[in-house]
Order: sequence, then structure tokens, then C-alpha cells
Amino acid sequence: MLHVLVVEDSASMRGYIRAILEDAGGSDALGVCAVTLAPSGFEAMRQLPRRAFDLMITDINMTDINGLELIRFVRTSQHLMATPVVVISTQSSSQDVARAMALGADGFLAKPFNAEALRAACLCARAARGGG
Amino acid sequence: MSDYGSSLDKAREDFFAEAQELIDGLGRDVLALDARLKQNAPAHELINDVFRGVHTLKGLTGLFGATLMLSVSHELEDVLDDLRLGRLALSPEVLDIVFGAVELYGKLLIAERGQAPEPTGEVRALLNALGNAGVQGADARASPIARYELDPALLGVLTEYEEHRLRAAIESGAHLFKLRVTFSLMSIDTALEDLKQRARTYGEIITYLPSASATSGDDIELEVILASPDSAVTVADALADLSVAVEEIARAQPLPAPPRMGSRLSPTSSLLPPFADLVAPQGIDAPRDSLGPPSLALGASLRSVSQTVRVDIRKLDNLMNIVGELAIVRTSLLEVVERLRLRAGQREIATDLQRLHRAFERHLAKMQGGILEVRMVPLGQAFEKLARIVRQLSREHDKEVNLVVTGAETEIDKLIVEELSDPLMHMIRNSIDHAIESPHERARVGKPAAGTIVVNAYQKGNQVVIEVEDDGRGIDEDRVVASALRLGMITHDEARDLPRRDILSLLFRPGLTTRDAAGDTSGRGVGMDVVKTNIAKLGGIIDVSGESGIGTKITITMPITLAIIRVLMVSVAGRIYAVPLPAIEEAIAFDERLVRAYDGREVLTQRGATLPICRLRKLFGHDAAPALPTEPRGRAGFVVIASVGGRRAGFVVDKLLAHQDIVIKSLGKTLRGVRGFAGAAELGDQRVGLVVDMAQLIDDALDYSGVHHQPAGALS
Repeated sequence: MLHVLVVEDSASMRGYIRAILEDAGGSDALGVCAVTLAPSGFEAMRQLPRRAFDLMITDINMTDINGLELIRFVRTSQHLMATPVVVISTQSSSQDVARAMALGADGFLAKPFNAEALRAACLCARAARGGG
Repeated sequence: MSDYGSSLDKAREDFFAEAQELIDGLGRDVLALDARLKQNAPAHELINDVFRGVHTLKGLTGLFGATLMLSVSHELEDVLDDLRLGRLALSPEVLDIVFGAVELYGKLLIAERGQAPEPTGEVRALLNALGNAGVQGADARASPIARYELDPALLGVLTEYEEHRLRAAIESGAHLFKLRVTFSLMSIDTALEDLKQRARTYGEIITYLPSASATSGDDIELEVILASPDSAVTVADALADLSVAVEEIARAQPLPAPPRMGSRLSPTSSLLPPFADLVAPQGIDAPRDSLGPPSLALGASLRSVSQTVRVDIRKLDNLMNIVGELAIVRTSLLEVVERLRLRAGQREIATDLQRLHRAFERHLAKMQGGILEVRMVPLGQAFEKLARIVRQLSREHDKEVNLVVTGAETEIDKLIVEELSDPLMHMIRNSIDHAIESPHERARVGKPAAGTIVVNAYQKGNQVVIEVEDDGRGIDEDRVVASALRLGMITHDEARDLPRRDILSLLFRPGLTTRDAAGDTSGRGVGMDVVKTNIAKLGGIIDVSGESGIGTKITITMPITLAIIRVLMVSVAGRIYAVPLPAIEEAIAFDERLVRAYDGREVLTQRGATLPICRLRKLFGHDAAPALPTEPRGRAGFVVIASVGGRRAGFVVDKLLAHQDIVIKSLGKTLRGVRGFAGAAELGDQRVGLVVDMAQLIDDALDYSGVHHQPAGALS
């Protein structure tokens, strides 16, 4: 079972993503995931050292530590650098998305998205990092 | 794992709750923005907050298929993005549009729940307005960021907004500092808050960069980018005790003084002194040992940023019900104690049990108090919307109105707050539409041009009092009487010597208006009678007072919670019943000789009006109980006069006992079909009593007064 860290400051968005990833009906290669939720960049930094996550999904526009800073942190940290990262953001912030990809995000998903798109983005990101 | 469908349902419920919170937050921010604009104060943080709120809403509405909200959010976000990135100036006109959008969000959310039709017309109008808000031309100036030796890696992690703030700060002549600080992950929330508070007085924090290299498992090293008009020495001094290393980010080359645009804090020097002279090298690259985590919050546990949980109020109702059941268990327990006590040789056990029972009782009371406390929210939630209404209506009517709110922190049951919004809004509409005069008219009668509406709330025992007072033209009593006469509510004889109080209370009768033509905002058919009915449903009382020409004051008295109700205990044939106080008008002595038969039912004449009466002994099947001894002048017992929704009836009881606050407990499945009772309650004297449902009893009394009803006898 894959462990996924979801970093997102909106509670219902977190709940939505969790519902999709924990869906037992998902028959794709992603399967049923175990989801850890972080409502902020700081909480993500707390969670990251606790266990090896197979995937991180993060929003970009968050207060304090934004998603870009989090990606840089992951990519420059020895233990975390291989973690696949999927960025979720709105289409309008194209500069932010470009920066996220430049920092080493493996996939981008525009809000709003549906279950299939999210699961597909997760699978692609894992494939890009050579994880599956 | 969890069931996908029910997880999604839960996520959808969360969506409604979160969207409502976001909309409420937007309302607050937009009002604050309005205040800033009037004072010409900087508002970039607020604009960004509003942007973020709308941005989040946009994401949510997209996910949950709220298409109208999505299209509003989409356009609104663009305008707000232009505002926060400085492409569009914040003008009163633009703010009006934003106000309108926040208003509309509220309606759209209700429509989304299927509780109202979709306001498509309003959405179209708003979308037009947003489309026309326009952008004044993109920022084409050369990026001033180039003037600083910024690490490209730093620039690469800034969001578009952060980059804009950085640029704005540099343009205003601020210096840039890199604050390096190490926090323990355990205590970062409080420690960071300290740093933020302190740093904010010196400038603006652009961003926080976690550094991966120097981070161990428990610590996190942050680089905080601060823009400040102050010197490095000042900033370093200010933050010295927080173990922060301050480094000024150098400029590429010495430049003439940059234009200082609206910077309220003037920089100490326009030419930057050589960097090395200002900050001692050891200050920059201090050994890591001296940068230990701030000694704050020793023993603090791993806490998340948010310390709140969102709870469905039905869950609290359920908990309260369990407390009610426990109270009944407690009562039975005490009976067992009493029985044990009477048995020889069981004394000791009885005493032990009694002690346990007392502890149980104490904790139960605490638990009940705790649950009640959780339900309490500040009344301010209901008041926030009022400020928006006042602003909007006073502009529409070309009137000047100040809203003064006091006591917003007064706490009341969450359910009541929700239900109070509409009545309060209606009262404010009335004040602005009818009561407050135009500035011209006010000047003529020697009042200040701006009218004032004071909303004052305070707690009074187990009740919360809300007063809404305006300094408008007051209530014209002659017009009220004339209107009541026209509608046949009173006769000409009654009109002649009607007391003031009674005249004012006519205002709450359906159909009454002192206006000939309906106004724009009030007088559309929803009158004070509806306000009164809504307040009464919540167990509240509404009262009006005022002086013609001077002003009007409406006082609402609400119970502090719906989980506990105030009752009058009455006895009927030796049994105790609880009558909810809000339904009771008055209680008078019962005189058998004054009872008349009218239209097949028993009535009394009370102040000229016919009052149907119902003998509870008979209704509840206690006919066989020995009759009350009749007092010398024919008096026996009392009549409790109750009214619900304008229907009145008198109920004959034996005795009036005390007032009491009770937790009402539902009767359970088997007795659900029994009419006339709202539930049961523990009466405090180890007995359980039935709480009557006055609305049902009145209906029954008016339909077949005095007729014995089948289920009541089963309840004794």
C-alpha cells in the first residue's frame, strides 16, 4: 500500500483528495492508498521525517511555507529527494506552476479535477521518479 | 478502507461548512478593507487574504460542481489578482463590486443546498460588473528586483504574489534582510508566531524558506525574507533575544535614493552604508550552537497549527440527549439508595452508594455544562452581516448611517445565532428604510446628519438581551392606531384609551404598516409579525419602545441555549408538569363562577376578549383525583394563559410551582405518537416530569376544548 502525504490548506479539498486515494474501488495500479493529511507547509515538514512517503501531493498557494518552498525542501534534502511530487493548483497561476516544475515537481494537476485525473497524475509522477 | 461514497458525502458536507466559513471570513475582510480604504491605510495583506479566500472557494466550488459559484469565483479571482499584484487600484467602486460578490456568495451557497432558487439574474449582473472592472495596464516597469543580489534559487520559490510584494517593497525603498533562525519542530507554531509579531512592526515578511541542508529530525532552519525601511542594526537589535541571525541582502551597486512611494516609515538613510560595517560577520554566520531552538514551550507536544475541530451540532444534541438519559438513570439510582437504606444491615452499602451517587451527579452537571459551552459562539457572527447591510442600504437610500455594535463577544447557542441573522437584518432594514431620516431632514430637526443604529448585546442570567436602537423619527402612534382601525384589529372605543405599550405591540400584528407605499427594502410583506414569530420559535421575546421623533428601540431577549429551556412547573392532580415559559402570557386565579359555555366549549372573558379554557385534569385523564378544595369566593386553582403564533388559550391547573431551567429529553420511540408533550425532564427533586407542548395543546383546546383525549391518561 502506498503512503501519500497530502499538503493542502483547505479542509474540504483535503477530504476530497483523501476520499479519492482511499477509494477501495480504485482498480488501477495505484490501488488503495494510506493518506496522511497536512494542513500547512509546517505540518508537512513535521510529517515528512516520520515515515517514507511514496508520494507527496501539495498545493502551491499556502501561507508561511508555500508549496514551492516545500518542493525545494524535498528536492534538496538527502532523505526525501526521491519522493515523487504532484502539484495541485489553479490554471490561472501559470508562473507558479512553471516554478514548481522547475523546482522538480513530477506532475501538475489543475483544480478542479476528478478522481481519474488525480489518480492518473499520481501514477505518472511515480513513473517519472522510477517508482512504479 | 473507507467507503468512497460516504467519504465523498462527508467531503461535501465539509464543503458547505468550509464554504460558509470562507464567505463569513470574506465578509469580515471586505469590511476591514472598506475601513482601511477610508483611512488611506495600507491594505495589501487584507487584499491577499480576500484573494486567498476566493481562490480557495474557486477550487472547492469547482470540485463540488457548484457551477454558478465557480463562475463568480473565477471572475472575482481575476479582479482580486489584479488588485493584489498592483495592476488595479482599489477604488470604492471596485470595492462595491467585491461587496456585492460576497453578498451573492451567501445566496448562492443557500441555492446550492437546494434551499432557494438560483439567483441567475444577479450572477449575470455581477459577472458583467466584474468584467468591466478592467485592468489599468500591466506593470511594465523594469523589475527593481534586479537591483538586489538575490539568489536566483530564492526567486525560484516565490509565488507570483510574493514576488510582487518583494518588488513593491523594494520600490518603496525598503531594505531586504535574510533572517536565519532555527526552530524545534515541536514548538515552531508558537515560536514562529512570536517572530512574526515582532518582525511585523519593522516591516513585511515576504516568505519563509526552509533550509534542507541544516535540518535534523527535530529542528528546522528557516530563512525569513523581511523587507523593512529600518537599518540592519535596528532589525537585529529588535530580534536579538529570539536567536535570529540578521543578514542584509546587498544591492548590486549603490544607487541613488529610490522613490519612496507612500512609505509611512522613512528610511534612516537613503544611501546604504557598506554592508560589512553594519553587521559584524559573526552576526551573520554565527555558529549553529548559538542558534538553538528558542527556549519556548518546553514540553510542548506535537500540535498541529489548527487547534479546533468542526462538529455537527446534531452530534452535540445527541450528547445532550445522553446526558438527559444519564440524569434519569441517576434518579433511579437514588431510588435504589433509598430502598437500601430502609433495609436492616444494608446501611453501610447504602451510604457508599449515596456517596458515589453524589459524585456521579456532580460530574454529570459538569458534563452538561461542558456540552453547553461547546455550543456557544459569539453573537458577533450574526452582527457581521449587519455591517454589510447597513453599508449597502445607506448607500442605496442616500442616507448616512453609523452602526455601533457593542457586546459582540456575548456568547449564545450556535443554532440561535444562525436563526437570529434574518430577524436582525430585517430590523436594521426597517430602521434604515423607515426610521432614519435623510441628512437634509435630520438637519432640519437639529439632528446630526448621520443617523446612528446601536446594536448592543449582553448576557442577563440565562438569557441574552439584544437591543437595536436607532435615532430616527420613531414610531408614529397615531398612524399605528389608524392602521389598526382600518384593518379592524381594534374598535374605535378601544382606540380611544389604548395604553402606549399596547399601541406599540400592535406593530407585531400581521398586516400592520405605518406606510402607504412599500419601501424598496422593507415593507415587502415581511413585517414585524414575522420577526416576532421567528424570535418566539426560538423561545425569545421581542419588545419595542421609543419616542416619536427621537428614536426606536427594539429589545430581543433570547434564551442562551436551546438545549436548556425555562419552564413554569405546575401541578395537576398531584402530578407535576413543565410549561415552557416563552409560551406563557400570564397566569391568573381561576374562578369557577366566571366560566361560561360558548359554542360548545368553556370560555372565560378576559379584558373584554373571549378566552377558551381547557381543564388539564380532564385532558390528562386525572378526573378521578380528589377535587381541589374550593376557596371561599369560588376560586380553585389557576389559569395559565398561553399563546403560540397568535392563538391563545387558558389552561386550568391546580397549583403554580417554581420556575426552573430544564434539559428537555425526548420521549423515545414508543411514546413519540403521544400528542401534547414535547418531552420529559428531570425536575431536580428526583422526579421526572413531562414537558407540555403548548402549540399542540392550544390547537387541541381550540378544536375540541375540554374533550378528553385518549393518550393522555396513559402517561401518569
